[in-house]
Amino acid sequence: MHRLQELTYTLSDLNYEGHTFNCLPIGGAQNVLQILVSDLDEMPIYVTVTDTQMLCITYLCRRDEIRTDKRDELNRSMLEMNVAVPLSSFALIEDYYVIFGALSTTSSINDICRELVTLAANAYDALEAIEEFLV
Amino acid sequence: MSSVFDKLWTALRGGAREIGDAIVDANGIRIFEQEIKDATDNIATAKRSLTEVMARKMQAVRKVAELGDAITQNERFATQALEQNNEALALDVAGKIAGLENDRNEQAAIVTRLDHQIEQLKAHIKKAEKLIADHERELAIVRTTESVQKATEQVVENVAANNSSLNSARDSLERIKKRQELKQDQMAAGELLDSELGDQGLDAKLEAAGIKGTKADAAAILARLKAAKPS
Repeated sequence: MHRLQELTYTLSDLNYEGHTFNCLPIGGAQNVLQILVSDLDEMPIYVTVTDTQMLCITYLCRRDEIRTDKRDELNRSMLEMNVAVPLSSFALIEDYYVIFGALSTTSSINDICRELVTLAANAYDALEAIEEFLV
Repeated sequence: MSSVFDKLWTALRGGAREIGDAIVDANGIRIFEQEIKDATDNIATAKRSLTEVMARKMQAVRKVAELGDAITQNERFATQALEQNNEALALDVAGKIAGLENDRNEQAAIVTRLDHQIEQLKAHIKKAEKLIADHERELAIVRTTESVQKATEQVVENVAANNSSLNSARDSLERIKKRQELKQDQMAAGELLDSELGDQGLDAKLEAAGIKGTKADAAAILARLKAAKPS
């Protein structure tokens, strides 16, 4: 909670490599912060802080948006790409394919900005790559 | 106890909504927490014992040194007695030395035993610390899974409340493409505008109109020459 509030304040005045950040807290039991990276704002990033990590997650698509006959291929492709994709990894959360990055809770603001901008750019690329698998 | 990954996997495969609860029911976050607590208590006790044992060892080591000094001193006495040919006194002293040596051996044995205890206690503490670290890492995995699920539910609800659905990939792609097209159109329009209004376009127009450019200049020169020529 505290960490996310702090992050909201810090990010609102920041310009990182030409990008600005638009933060919107999402209410609920779990503290979640929606962050839009300027010029890459079609893919919102949702940040949540646990005891040990700061997780930055972008939801790519629902599982049922992927053609049934192509799912295995997509899963495999994602696993194969995971290591090479800078800073981000693919994952499934319940019914959603996501791309995410995990940071230490003690990461610097510079590291967080790099993570956010990289993740948003990766999400754009991932979405384009997923297109051929969509129903 | 099987790995936390196994439990997590089983819970996820079973389609459990509340992963944390599922794992608590199945195997026990509470067991983890209790074990962490027990291990922490163990460490505290072991550290207290360790302090005590180390103090006792220091005491024994000091006694060994003191006895050593006493032995050396008495050996000197015995030698002096022998130099005075006082065999009886020397024997008395030798008896005392024997007693001192027995005491020293006893204390040295105590030191060895305490050293062993210290090693054991240290190993015990290390083991407990590792158990705590392992359990805390496992707990973090379970708690993170829970947090991520809750966060996702909230995001989905929040987006639904704003009358949109979370990231239909097709829609996102469409919007991204439209924006890219718009950007390209804007860039193309900008270039067009540049070529129309920029110096290059203007010069070309002026030239075409015969107002500016090399042709216009040549014509003007010719006209001037003709006008200057005496008829």
